[in-house]
Amino acid sequence: FSSVVLKDLKYADSHEWVKIDGNKATFGITDHAQDHLGDVVYVELPDVGHSVSQGKSFGAVESVKATSDINSPVSGKVVEVNEELTESPGLVNSSPYEQGWIIKVELSDAGEAEKLMDSDKYSKFCEEEDAKH
Amino acid sequence: VSRRYFASEADLKKTALYDFHVAHGGKMVPFAGWSMPIQYKDSIMDSTVNCRENGSLFDVAHMCGLSLKGKDCVPFLETLVVADVAGLAPGTGSLTVFTNEKGGAIDDSVITKVTDEHIYLVVNAGCRDKDLAHIEEHMKAFKSKGGDVSWHIHDERSLLALQGPLAAPVLQHLTKEDLSKLYFGNFQILDINGSTCFLTRTGYTGEDGFEISVPDEHAVDLAKAILEKSEGKVRLTGLGARDSLRLEAGLCLYGNDMEQHISPVEAGLTWAIGKRRRAEGGFLGADVILQQLKDGPTIRRVGFFSSGPPARSHSEVHDESGNKIGEITSGGFSPNLKKNIAMGYVKSGQHKTGTKVKILVRGKPYEGSITKMPFVATKYYKPT
Repeated sequence: FSSVVLKDLKYADSHEWVKIDGNKATFGITDHAQDHLGDVVYVELPDVGHSVSQGKSFGAVESVKATSDINSPVSGKVVEVNEELTESPGLVNSSPYEQGWIIKVELSDAGEAEKLMDSDKYSKFCEEEDAKH
Repeated sequence: VSRRYFASEADLKKTALYDFHVAHGGKMVPFAGWSMPIQYKDSIMDSTVNCRENGSLFDVAHMCGLSLKGKDCVPFLETLVVADVAGLAPGTGSLTVFTNEKGGAIDDSVITKVTDEHIYLVVNAGCRDKDLAHIEEHMKAFKSKGGDVSWHIHDERSLLALQGPLAAPVLQHLTKEDLSKLYFGNFQILDINGSTCFLTRTGYTGEDGFEISVPDEHAVDLAKAILEKSEGKVRLTGLGARDSLRLEAGLCLYGNDMEQHISPVEAGLTWAIGKRRRAEGGFLGADVILQQLKDGPTIRRVGFFSSGPPARSHSEVHDESGNKIGEITSGGFSPNLKKNIAMGYVKSGQHKTGTKVKILVRGKPYEGSITKMPFVATKYYKPT
């Protein structure tokens, strides 16, 4: 078994993904992250208009057993949040890259994406991290 | 998603079932100095639900089993715990609390009177060193005054917990003894699957079930036999689900819901203080506890339902005006109820069932209310 990693996304070392489309970006947590978290029972979402900063927490994911911060992969202003997650937090488990997206932001610094990993690098990062524990 | 980092695996102790867990997909994590399975292939949610629908098999060998023996073992133990040990019939047990000089809880424990000269008890893994030091210190003093008591720590045995509706029918296949005559809290030494076991009808889930003390060398065989006899319905279950189950059952976790500064009265365990003990005292901290019984405690453990994110340990509880009235000690999402549950302490007078509260999670208040426990009805096997 290994978790799904998509080629057209960028990844943070705290296991969030980002899909960039011009000046907009969509964020979520990775398949690897949801696999480690287990069943997600609540997603704490920021408000539209809220600013997020690369590497800083903007929300939280609650599983049966624990709370985990969601860190922003890039900086920007929140323009949309996935309200579906309020009623169906399990979408983060069942569809982490599609229906389980968490927020969309208007980017403030397009160059920040270069600090993130591509899919190959992220896959290796996950393998190394798992091997340590 | 920030990840938790664990202590070095190399320093952790292993139960006799360690390799069995790993072979069955157990995710091993440090717990009280041991490497224990937090879950297997089943999710924690599924494991929790399956325990109540079918059954679960837990390795709880990290917990410490011991025997006290001697003509005076009963009066000795009564100096340390709040239970009416003398009043227990042979072959029966009870939940009790070891107290300190201030009436606070050192640990909770299930104690069983095997005979008038033999007590078998199990203490929590995380409290083992503290408890054994406490017992040993008092035993020395007791013996120096001529008391007859000695002990044996059952480190050569493993403890398995078989819980849920299929626990009794499955276990019955493995022993000739009629388990329908062993009721909740009862204890028996008997042959199970070819080895001599200590069997207590008890658990930490709210379900009918057993805790089975089995010699280490037979532990894997017994685990395999139980799983085979249930044809896959009883599932290996880890500590993650166990914690959800005990929370749903309203049972305390020492270190969260009970601590050295919390008395059994505050914890809602007045029922565990035997009637004679309430009149006579005779245990450490009796003056504080008997005073609380007379005047009422200043804080009380209660259950909560809440909206939004699950309330976890240390979340503040406020009244509807924003005044702090208490704190959460355990909480999470209930897989069986599919809603947030928690327990904690509030000021006496504010503990009434149905009281509306606000619970603060990451600084934000969420609606909650006080409720009775257990959250999920218990199914202990008792005479009808």
